[in-house]
Amino acid sequence: MDAHDPTAGNGAAPGAEQLPFIRVTGLEKSFGGKPILRGIDLEVRHGETLVILGGSGEGKSVLLRHLNGLLMPDRGTVIVGGRNLALLDEDQLAALRKEVGMVFQLGALFDSMTVYENVSYPLHEHSAMAEEQIHARVRELLAMVQLDGVDGVEELLPAELSGGMKKRVAIARTLALEPHAVLYDEPTTGLDPLVAHRISVQMRELQERLGLTSVVVTHDLKNAFVVGDRFALLYHGKIRVSGTADEVRASRDELMQDFLKTAL
Amino acid sequence: MRDPFYRLLDQLGEIGLLTVEVVRHLFRRPFEARLLIDQLDSIGVRSLNVVNLTAIFSGMVLALQMGQFLAKFGAKIYVSRVMGLSLLREMGPVLTALMIGARVGAGITAELGSMKVSEQLDAMLALASSPVKKLVVPRVLATILILPVLTVIADAIGLFGGLLIAVTQLGISADFFYTSLVQNIALSDLLSGISKAFFFGYLIAIIACMKGLTVTGGADGVGRATTSSVVAASISVLVADFFLTKLFMTI
Repeated sequence: MDAHDPTAGNGAAPGAEQLPFIRVTGLEKSFGGKPILRGIDLEVRHGETLVILGGSGEGKSVLLRHLNGLLMPDRGTVIVGGRNLALLDEDQLAALRKEVGMVFQLGALFDSMTVYENVSYPLHEHSAMAEEQIHARVRELLAMVQLDGVDGVEELLPAELSGGMKKRVAIARTLALEPHAVLYDEPTTGLDPLVAHRISVQMRELQERLGLTSVVVTHDLKNAFVVGDRFALLYHGKIRVSGTADEVRASRDELMQDFLKTAL
Repeated sequence: MRDPFYRLLDQLGEIGLLTVEVVRHLFRRPFEARLLIDQLDSIGVRSLNVVNLTAIFSGMVLALQMGQFLAKFGAKIYVSRVMGLSLLREMGPVLTALMIGARVGAGITAELGSMKVSEQLDAMLALASSPVKKLVVPRVLATILILPVLTVIADAIGLFGGLLIAVTQLGISADFFYTSLVQNIALSDLLSGISKAFFFGYLIAIIACMKGLTVTGGADGVGRATTSSVVAASISVLVADFFLTKLFMTI
């Protein structure tokens, strides 16, 4: 046995594998006096995919936006990679966001930029790579999301892409900075069932290939089981049920059972 | 009565905070020269036609009205100095600012607003970059820099319009028009107009950006924000003009 772990020194503290990558405790958030989250406790371990289930308007996206500091809690703490987000300054928060990428519901691609410009945007922003290296990296990223077969895709504008392609480009853009974790906001909403399934399979593959920690917010239960390791049901601002696929399936919770039936 | 008042205070607060952010990001490296040049082009160069047309017709109308009015007192020869004063001090900067407020202010609010509702601004933050640095700073800076330039162009074109009318309709020679203008207009007249333009540029851009960044509620919200951005920019230009005029008179 070698005492010198070759993977040490990548920023992870000793024993970091045992600590959850994301830990949320007692998170509360209101908008305009209306409570949305009423005390969320949540853990996401290294390398796993947690799926947050729940109906529309339950605050799933609000919860997700707390995990990279786009929103800050009214009460409670959000700790990501050992850092309490509420205590970070602007630069530290930016550094964290490079480690924790986010894929938005409709892709949120910059619509004045081509696919190439979108995917290379974070590289131009944050890396010292030469243009040829960036070009190679963009090609690699587009291949990762299986867009390399589409002729001239790099020069297309977001308006010229289908919903599924937009989402793939958005995933490629998020992966450009090689994040440890990716947050997906409704990754399959608005896609036809076949494309939704393909995107889900791809998310699973990427997670396994890149060792990503992921948090997925969705109400699409069928695909949730394709991507997820563990599941949490958000209802009325609290986590009502959580566990592995088998555990939530076996749960006696009425609402969870109702939710499961819709996926059949 | 409470509500509109609080909303106004709220928006003034937003403008104050955004201004602080803009100043802070202005001095943070790297300086985005490329983005600034793009904005100078789209805000400045592409507004030239609008500004030129406004200026030439305003100048011609001013000369016609003044010519007719002054002729009653046999004072037609004063037309160029009256024109010079009113164009350089008031009409040049104010009309240019109103046109830019409508054209550029609406454009900025609509652009930032639709980026906001389609989550592009959040995406920018999530990619560890700053919408204020990338979008707001270049737009505010470009508008502040370009409005004085456009104002000077509008002054010149407006005076040229006046000259045309003076020569063709009022029977004043171009030579006299020019000499009387140069003799009676001080550099301070031109400078007072130019310094107004700096303020107007700041007001138009910061209001447009603030309205865009705070859009809520989809395409409908973008539409409402765009309208209110143009209204707010126009009113603040006119109000600021009054106070700036008052201020420059005491200096």
